[in-house]
Amino acid sequence: MTEPPAAGGRRLRDVVGGPMAVAGLVVVVLAAVAALFAPWLSPYDPSAQDLALRLAGPGWQHPFGLDELGRDILSRVLAGARISFLVGVVVVSVSSVVGSVLGALAGYFGGWFDELVSRLIDILLAFPGLLLAIALVAVLGPSLMHVLFALSIIGWVGYARLVRGQVLRAREIEFVQAARALGAGTPRILFRHVLPTALPAVVVQATLGMAGAIISEAALSFLGLGVQPPTPSWGTMLNAGIAHLLDAPHLTIFPGLAIALLVLGFNFLGDGLRDAADPKSVQA
Amino acid sequence: MGAFILRRLLLTVPVLLGVATLVFSLIHLVPGDPVQAMLGEGAAPAEVAQLRARLGLDRPLHVQYEAFLGGLIQGDLGTSLRTNEPVTRAVAERLPATAELAVASMLVAVLVAIPLGVIAAAWRGTGVDYTATTLALLGISIPNFWLGPLLAIVFAVQLGWLPVSGRGGLAHLILPAITLGAPLAAVLARMTRASVLEELREIYVLAARAKGVSRTRAVLHHAFRNSLIPIVTIFGLQFGAVLTGAVITETIFAWPGVGRLLIQSIEFRDYPLVQGCILLIAFTYVAANLLTDLAYGLLDPRIRYD
Repeated sequence: MTEPPAAGGRRLRDVVGGPMAVAGLVVVVLAAVAALFAPWLSPYDPSAQDLALRLAGPGWQHPFGLDELGRDILSRVLAGARISFLVGVVVVSVSSVVGSVLGALAGYFGGWFDELVSRLIDILLAFPGLLLAIALVAVLGPSLMHVLFALSIIGWVGYARLVRGQVLRAREIEFVQAARALGAGTPRILFRHVLPTALPAVVVQATLGMAGAIISEAALSFLGLGVQPPTPSWGTMLNAGIAHLLDAPHLTIFPGLAIALLVLGFNFLGDGLRDAADPKSVQA
Repeated sequence: MGAFILRRLLLTVPVLLGVATLVFSLIHLVPGDPVQAMLGEGAAPAEVAQLRARLGLDRPLHVQYEAFLGGLIQGDLGTSLRTNEPVTRAVAERLPATAELAVASMLVAVLVAIPLGVIAAAWRGTGVDYTATTLALLGISIPNFWLGPLLAIVFAVQLGWLPVSGRGGLAHLILPAITLGAPLAAVLARMTRASVLEELREIYVLAARAKGVSRTRAVLHHAFRNSLIPIVTIFGLQFGAVLTGAVITETIFAWPGVGRLLIQSIEFRDYPLVQGCILLIAFTYVAANLLTDLAYGLLDPRIRYD
């Protein structure tokens, strides 16, 4: 494996993989900044009600209009971005660390531990997509904490499978065997030599995982199983919009646009990173 | 082939048992007392004790587990707390609606995605390809709980062409089927494009072209046929997304299927019915994966698991 050229010597679009990925990165960074500074950027208090203006459409005073309780939708979309990023960051961090460690240990040691982790993965993968998260939140009760917990429970599986496979392959690579022959201990081999080979794939998975976590939280909140009102979440806002499709479609349009844009940003970025990390393109 | 099928079938048994065990344990994850949670804080102690006995929650855990598995094998999943109807019957009644929606959405996906993917691959790097690829990425990124309401706003509210909710004739089916089929179409189109491109690089395609086979024939007859294997696989894998998507789509369009039943049962804390819906959806998914694997083995004789 040759050392890649220093990042400083490459243009951004080469590192993240093409113009679409740069566009994705820009969207993600802008959204992150908006989420971070939401309290200062918001034109209004996201929970302040002006019942006289309820369901009013977009205008100069309220660019995204007002919702069913007369709250400013732009301010609520900005506040919702904080929830989305919070869920994305927490779920991706927890699941990537837990999944990578379990996958690495299973792949490296094999035996009963590998058998145990692999069977657990099989069972969790037998539940399609969000179903297990829906089931968990259904019994635990709807709340942000339970959403984070449920999404992490289903999230680690992908990383574990990925890292386990990478570790199985890395175990046979010469430099790893050389390290072992030189007397390096197991933790050193695992963390210094084996896990870094899996890192690019994990980074790609994590980027796409952000998109997945954000959509999943919104889906659960849309179903009434996630973040509870009055906390503004994009999914909860869409749920409220369903009742007003006829008289106030702007309730549906803006929060949905926010979800689609941010998810598209992460997907573009993840796709680009994958192309950039593709060993085939590195060798060429 | 027989051994392959048998082996694959046997591998499914522990997974089904694991799924059943997880669904069984769900009710024990309810914080505090699940019976109290179902009846509300104000319930009389006698009422609580009665429901606890009815659900069998007063028995030792292993007895409950055995009874659950025994019932499952006989198709008995208890009765709904709200309607007293047997869970199996309640779920079975909703099944045709969900099946109708799922089949329609997969049909929409295949009819849109496969031509789109093949065209994008055949005209790789052109405006057509670029448009198709962007459309596909949009389809993946737009959540169906936004697409559905948007379609309803345009086609039901603004244009008045289609009904906004409920189940009836073909007109009722169109918007839900597109909502559920769009993300699947997006994934399928991407996969078809990649798969056909891969095959187009193969020597046999070049050989066919050298022998004077037209470009269209080379794409459709040679490359596309061989690219079907990964397409079938991804179709099988995406079936899970269709099942979960159905839960959301049915909620948006008030479609009386299993997904809507699940969400309604959650609202009413009707745990036996929740368990029934979850089990049915998960088992259907396991069965679909099994069929995909078997189809995979049939399509490509080189693939056998040993």
